[in-house]
Amino acid sequence: MRLAQKIGRMRRTDAASGILLVSPTALYAILLLAAPLATIFAFSFWTQDYLTIDRSWTLANYRTAISEPIYGQLMLRSLWISGAVTASTVVLAFPIAYFVSFHVPPARKSLWIFLITIPFWTSYLIRVFLWKVILGYNGVLNSTLLGLGIIDAPLTFILYNANAVVITLAHAFAPFAILPIFVALEKIDRALLEASRDLGETRVTTFLRVTLPLAMPGVVAAVLIVFIPTIGDYVTPRLVGGPDGLMIANMIQTQFLQLNNAPMGATLAVLAMFIVTLVALIFVGLNRRFLRRQQ
Amino acid sequence: MKGGWLKIYALAYLLFLYAPIALLPVFAFNDGTIIAFPLRGFTLEWFAELGRIEALHGAVLNSLVIAVSTAVLATVLGICAARSAARYDYPGKRGVMGFIMLPLVLPEIIVAVSLLVVLLQLGLSLGAWSVILGHVLICTPFSIAILNSAFQNLDRSLEEAAVDLGETPWSTFRLITLPLVMPGIISSLLISFTISLDEFIIAFFLTGAEPTLPVYLWGQLRFPQKIPVVMALGTILVALSILLLTTAEYFRRRGVARAGGKDTGGFL
Amino acid sequence: MTRPIIQLQDVQKYFGDYHALRGINAEIAEGEFFSLLGPSGCGKTTLLRVIAGFEDVSAGRVLIDGKPMEGVPANRRPTNMVFQSYAIFPHLSVAGNVGFGLRRAGLTADEMGRRVDEALEMVGLAGFGRRAAHALSGGQRQRVALARALILKPRVLLLDEPLSALDKKLREQMQVELIKLQRQVGITFILVTHDQEEALVMSDRIAVMFDGEIAQMDDPEILYRRPKSRRVADFIGVMNFLPAEVLSETGDRIEIEVAGLGRAEISADQAPRGGGGQAPSVGFRPETLTILYEGQQANHREARAVVEEVVYYGDMTYYDVRLQGTEKPVRLSMRNVFGREVLPIGTETRIAWSPGALVLFR
Repeated sequence: MRLAQKIGRMRRTDAASGILLVSPTALYAILLLAAPLATIFAFSFWTQDYLTIDRSWTLANYRTAISEPIYGQLMLRSLWISGAVTASTVVLAFPIAYFVSFHVPPARKSLWIFLITIPFWTSYLIRVFLWKVILGYNGVLNSTLLGLGIIDAPLTFILYNANAVVITLAHAFAPFAILPIFVALEKIDRALLEASRDLGETRVTTFLRVTLPLAMPGVVAAVLIVFIPTIGDYVTPRLVGGPDGLMIANMIQTQFLQLNNAPMGATLAVLAMFIVTLVALIFVGLNRRFLRRQQ
Repeated sequence: MKGGWLKIYALAYLLFLYAPIALLPVFAFNDGTIIAFPLRGFTLEWFAELGRIEALHGAVLNSLVIAVSTAVLATVLGICAARSAARYDYPGKRGVMGFIMLPLVLPEIIVAVSLLVVLLQLGLSLGAWSVILGHVLICTPFSIAILNSAFQNLDRSLEEAAVDLGETPWSTFRLITLPLVMPGIISSLLISFTISLDEFIIAFFLTGAEPTLPVYLWGQLRFPQKIPVVMALGTILVALSILLLTTAEYFRRRGVARAGGKDTGGFL
Repeated sequence: MTRPIIQLQDVQKYFGDYHALRGINAEIAEGEFFSLLGPSGCGKTTLLRVIAGFEDVSAGRVLIDGKPMEGVPANRRPTNMVFQSYAIFPHLSVAGNVGFGLRRAGLTADEMGRRVDEALEMVGLAGFGRRAAHALSGGQRQRVALARALILKPRVLLLDEPLSALDKKLREQMQVELIKLQRQVGITFILVTHDQEEALVMSDRIAVMFDGEIAQMDDPEILYRRPKSRRVADFIGVMNFLPAEVLSETGDRIEIEVAGLGRAEISADQAPRGGGGQAPSVGFRPETLTILYEGQQANHREARAVVEEVVYYGDMTYYDVRLQGTEKPVRLSMRNVFGREVLPIGTETRIAWSPGALVLFR
């Protein structure tokens, strides 16, 4: 009776309606994301012998992952490639975001943003494959340059290595970097810039002392939103990376689908997530300290 | 000269963004099996061949079923979450919403393998349904992002006014809320459809005997002689994507205008 | 007073720990133009939403037309509301908005069209029915909101700061139109406003609210002339305060000594109860003081003062004058009669005042 009353009162409150309404989505995420992630985590402590899974808890996989040089090497390369992709994407993206926010008339801003986002939505697989076509030995770039007589032999440093992976990923993730920076720049009250000029700063120092610090949250978001997914990219290294451009995701796939060693794959996935989270946290922490020192 | 250099840079950047896509139709209509310049001549052969590949038709059909189901499910889940986030406050809201949005940044391969492991452990056989499960998971955050602005732009007093004029909460939702967020819903359906149609990794891991279109394409990329056909297929896909996105953008903007809000541009 | 249409009995409202309404008691008569006036955060909008049914009460009762409203949702209450944002449905035409509430009345299309046209004509928007809602100006939106609420012939019309979004000229014009409209339809209007002038101009009765309580509920004239506390006096118009001392109290008469003005005898109704604990002071409005020019005689009493500040308003001039023996200047207002000069700062002058215009706060 008391419980019924309580529930009756709960049903009328805002909080209860909110929880009730979000619960289908939340439940879905719990069942299909939280539970699987937990399973993967559990798997990483198990072992597999051909087709049977040994469910006794062990750190054997982690020991293997650390002792076998191939895993560490792949992880480092993934970090390095992701870092390079993130840095180049964000650095290249900032001027675009700045241009659209500050120099494009308001009425045409959404058109620009739309144009920037379109390539992102068109078949990822085909876009990556096209880079292979462009960068290949007999590819568009080489055949054009040869045809024009600019080079005598095809360039080889642009395909089937880490460079190709960086170029392709930087292209694929461009909108991801531009949008958060653009949003942060849009939020800046233009009167602040005028105030800075009024107080004696030049255009450049205004940018450094006002615009850039205020745009920082957008830059941080851009870095994270590019860095985290790229480290787990599978298609690009596989198509344009060659043997020297493979990344950790390729190894995870191999463990799961080819070597039939799900626990090892799970361990690598857990390690990759752990390292990504760590790097992201360190980055956010450093950035916060940097901003505080600026004040 | 204000922003002059920036503008040149911006245009060059757009060129870089569009260069690969621009090549698609060039080689799709090129009468040669090798993808390189100079071009040979104009042909429709590659498009004609698309019509003759039975396996492709199966994959297309499979992908369409998956994309439509994903779009509907993700949008329904998105409506629940976005409405709840825009309208109500409850303890732990940030955490719950953050978790629901997590697939937006989580590497897809992680989502894919973890789902795979669970499904296999449960002894379930893979198929279109398992791909749908995975796709709904990654599309829901996008749907929420789109619908969030639609629900947030909705002046709460509009709904109160309808109730004040005699409507019940349900008829208010039907007569006021739904029509006003409808552009957002359509936009969410189209975006989810597009993402699902394009998605490769999750489909690659979770598809059963019948491949989706991207998984089928992946298989074809190994055969050099098939590449012009792939180019033709890609041309169609890109054209379709652009059409869908333009429609989605149209509805999104109409939604913003309808709710009387200011357009801040773009999805996300 | 005629039969009350609305009875509020010890209405309490909590938002979590926040005590938004602290025991509101009031009766609002049928056909009355009633205002809830107060600064932002005083609870006036919450009270309006409690009456409308958008908020339930934490304790106490709301009765409309004698019926308790507990558990009656907003859509079943005989009240309609004009929202601060007007809440015009952007996807419907003007006629669609105005006729929105008639959907459940089971009218024929013709009948409905006729009712909508009538309502639009009543608010001066005849012929606007087919316009799109988003193409309307602020004033037009307000009229549509009015027509939409009045078409349902509610027993009570609730108006939540309906004029605050309009510019000054339009606001004053709409004030007059609202008064006329209310007389024409005869429905009880309850207006929420933070603008004391608006409340004075429009209302039959005003409840001044501070901190979730009604500080005073009276008709505009009494509210202005006999505020019950310094806080109410301060909120409505300008009031000067001077320190005072009560010398003696005999029956209906009180003898006081006021700084700068001297001794005066006032009646007990000039000394409201419940000011609570502060040092006694006397308040008076600027227009109750008059500067005496050469040859003029005071009707009641006279005092001497020096002009310290002059603010010229065109039709009026405000003078800050310091009465002899006081620390702070008091403000007085003079109508600018043709041919009479504005006094410069520093002028020594005589002031006429009347004991009947004083209010004693103690």
